Amino acid sequence: MELVGARPAPAFTVTFDGRSIAVLPGQTIAAALWAAGITSWRTTRGSGEPRGVFCGIGVCFDCLVTVNGRANQRACLVRAEAGDVIRTQEGTGSDGQQHG
Amino acid sequence: MGSSMAEGAPHVAVVGAGPAGLAAAVAAAARGVRVTLIDSAAEAGGQFYRQPAAGLGARRPQALHHQWRTWERLRDGLAAHSAGGRITHLTDHHVWFVERGLQSDGFTVHALLGPEQEQPVAVHADAVLLATGGYEKVLPFPGWTLPGVVTAGGAQAMLKSGLVLPGRVVVVAGTGPLLMPVAVGLAAAGAEVAALVEAADPKVFVRHARALAGHPAKLAEGARYAAELARHRVRVRVHHTVVAAHGSDRVEAVTVAALDGDGCVRPGSERRIPCDTLAVGHGMLPHTDLAEALGCRLDGPGVAVDDEQRTDVPGVWAAGETTGIGGAVLSLAEGRIAGLSIAARLNSRTPDARSYEAAAKARTGLREFFAVLGTVYDPPAHWTEQVTDDTVVCRCEEVPASAIRQAAGELGAGDVRTVKLLTRAGMGWCQGRMCGPAVAGLAGCEFQPSRRPFARPVPLGVLAGTNFDRHHTDSTDSTDPTEEGSS
Amino acid sequence: MAGGTTGAGEGNLLVSDKEPGPELELALLSGRLWADIAAEPGIAKAVEYDLKGGLVVASGTDGLAGLEVLAGGQRAAGVEAVAVGADQLRELEPKLAEGLAGGVLYPQDAQVMPTLAAAHVVRLARAVGASLRTGWTVMEVLRTGAGAVRGVRTSGGEIHAPAVVNAAGTWGGELAALAGASLPVLPRRGFVLVTEPLPPRTVRHKVYAADYVADVASDSAALQTSPVVEGTAAGPVLIGASRERVGFDRAFSLPVARALAAGATRLFPFLEGVRAMRAYLGFRPYMPDHLPAIGPDARVPGLFHACGHEGAGIGLATGTGHLIAQVLSEKSPDLDLTPFRPDRFLEEGL
Repeated sequence: MELVGARPAPAFTVTFDGRSIAVLPGQTIAAALWAAGITSWRTTRGSGEPRGVFCGIGVCFDCLVTVNGRANQRACLVRAEAGDVIRTQEGTGSDGQQHG
Repeated sequence: MGSSMAEGAPHVAVVGAGPAGLAAAVAAAARGVRVTLIDSAAEAGGQFYRQPAAGLGARRPQALHHQWRTWERLRDGLAAHSAGGRITHLTDHHVWFVERGLQSDGFTVHALLGPEQEQPVAVHADAVLLATGGYEKVLPFPGWTLPGVVTAGGAQAMLKSGLVLPGRVVVVAGTGPLLMPVAVGLAAAGAEVAALVEAADPKVFVRHARALAGHPAKLAEGARYAAELARHRVRVRVHHTVVAAHGSDRVEAVTVAALDGDGCVRPGSERRIPCDTLAVGHGMLPHTDLAEALGCRLDGPGVAVDDEQRTDVPGVWAAGETTGIGGAVLSLAEGRIAGLSIAARLNSRTPDARSYEAAAKARTGLREFFAVLGTVYDPPAHWTEQVTDDTVVCRCEEVPASAIRQAAGELGAGDVRTVKLLTRAGMGWCQGRMCGPAVAGLAGCEFQPSRRPFARPVPLGVLAGTNFDRHHTDSTDSTDPTEEGSS
Repeated sequence: MAGGTTGAGEGNLLVSDKEPGPELELALLSGRLWADIAAEPGIAKAVEYDLKGGLVVASGTDGLAGLEVLAGGQRAAGVEAVAVGADQLRELEPKLAEGLAGGVLYPQDAQVMPTLAAAHVVRLARAVGASLRTGWTVMEVLRTGAGAVRGVRTSGGEIHAPAVVNAAGTWGGELAALAGASLPVLPRRGFVLVTEPLPPRTVRHKVYAADYVADVASDSAALQTSPVVEGTAAGPVLIGASRERVGFDRAFSLPVARALAAGATRLFPFLEGVRAMRAYLGFRPYMPDHLPAIGPDARVPGLFHACGHEGAGIGLATGTGHLIAQVLSEKSPDLDLTPFRPDRFLEEGL
């Protein structure tokens, strides 16, 4: 932040598993979660292991997350919007949720 | 060449707004070609010139970048051509397929709009330039699926666009020219870089010293990074490798070890380094999905091109790292050549080779340089020995190394496709982009890029056509051109 | 191994799509043999054997009437076929579209993961003495002065044997030609779409539209698609089926993918929001009368054929192997091989 002389627009909040998180405008969901010290937000459908960002550029699909009820969103691509409800995604993410 | 675009001017769709795509778009637009520049990011720049999100108000983004002057020239060129209606820049467009017209009536580029990638967009054009870049290769080791283990390029991308760090104490490891700038960038942004662990053998550098010495600018760049690493007191361990990452819910430490002359781990040289982040990479691979679906021939891992950057499919050009890994400067040269060739060929002319003599000379030299780098920066020859049977190799389908070894052994699979069918390695969300080289290495088969007709997942409703297709058939129905100038 | 048509199929073990006749008899025999293999320790899980049942649905009353006629004939041949009323369809398959006219449930339809099935069957064969040579291309079928088969010459050397079985699938015609026999096997291309992983039992049966049977039986070279939708043990849903005779053209076809997606989303509207992750293609070994070539070739002593099963090769593999083994050991085969005679096309002038 300091390095690039950032003067961000005012922060807004989203929730992650019910917890309130401050986000700077333009940040992706992954960036917002990292800034809040959160590094995992998915469990795998086989052994239930935690995952978060791996490739950071939309290729690996490890950072899948449920945003506003929509499963399988890539946290490293989707920009956070004020009021987003972000939830840890378990397994296929499709149980009882909207597809897509 | 006037500032207004004649109706009926030839139209090229450029896929990818990194250095190659931008250089090509600007060169072609300056010569009367109508350009639609299609990119998945919100801002032009690609991975190399990845821009901080506008809302972050970064006043000195160049602090995270190199060759900023070149970027400014490209950015200003894009803005001018956009304002003049010669370039239409479609951001947040994720291309999933390029369709060849049936009666040689050009191409249709199919994209999905926005980060959710659900709304379809189609762009029709006379020709296509594929400038889809590359992505990072990572070879597996025990613990590499732990949160906090990220690709070196991923750590850099998150820093450049979101101005965030994955943790406080970082180990940067693997092999390749990317590791030094990543370590420098992370250190400059405030992370403690506990170690830079590079597998390359200094003796191999010496062996290729003469070939490398022909590129003083590149060597000076390396020396600058080395100086910056020293300034940040980053401990550099050359000819070392990460043996394992440790932790339960996230990485807490890594074990690194020295390599011997054969690329084996030296017994007893292991040491544990506490950290909360490991940024790791073993080189880059080209994105070739769109090219392969079009039927373009590959040459090794990249798309094969001729002197003018044409693929063997008429009307399809390719430039930048999709044709082979070689960095931003090579991408710029290839993009410029492609843009000039497109402008000439779409007007039924042969390009004047003198018009791109300098770019062609740079291209030759840089390709040679990166060919040498490719032999210098090589993953440890015996990396598979460190992969324990229970190490997950395919991250998506959670396929352990034991399953791949069994497929290649007991079940008799002799090629990567059969290994994939027997184990599901490479069948998940990322379609083998992350595990492809590792699966080939563990199975003892030759690595071949797998065919992926869809460059990214596409909703069945979009395929079925039940979702309305928005068509960008000309530049008039696209984004407000003044928008581009304000970035 | 399994890198040709086997690896490109869905692993269908079906009776539902076969009209009464020799192919259906072979399917019933094969189904029993697959069940025997699946009963070996650990095999059912290893090859993902799933007796999931097939559900054929009709959108209108005409289609339903035709389907019921077919089912009646199949019942007479020994197939279990249960009529399913319009109101019961969604009990069996909760995500199916509303408004369908009805269908027929075939509890004997099953599925395996074809590559795993092939690999494990080969493993079982090797355990009892068979040997496997991969990467060896057959260049020549060796014959005696009298014309009888005496082995093969391959890229890896000669193998001598008094009998050669042609199990080259879509490439069976070429192998037959090496032995001097003509066999009209033609490639019939098919695409499969694979979705993102979904929770288990999202799609419970192999579900397809009644017009699929007509497409399978068709002789047309032109593109035909009829929706076939099924879940897999691993999570993704597979979507077929297209048929077209375009030689060995491996180019991906977006129009075919679009037609498959349109058919599948009509049967299962929820799929509109589900993403296709990949698509693949394969070449079915098509025979002009839709019956495989099984048994000795009267023209070339020692040459046996076991190929040309079109889209049913995995399903019919066990029965085919069983019949060939019986013939090779000079036993009387369980089924009459006359309809499958490899040289039957000669009389028709082919």
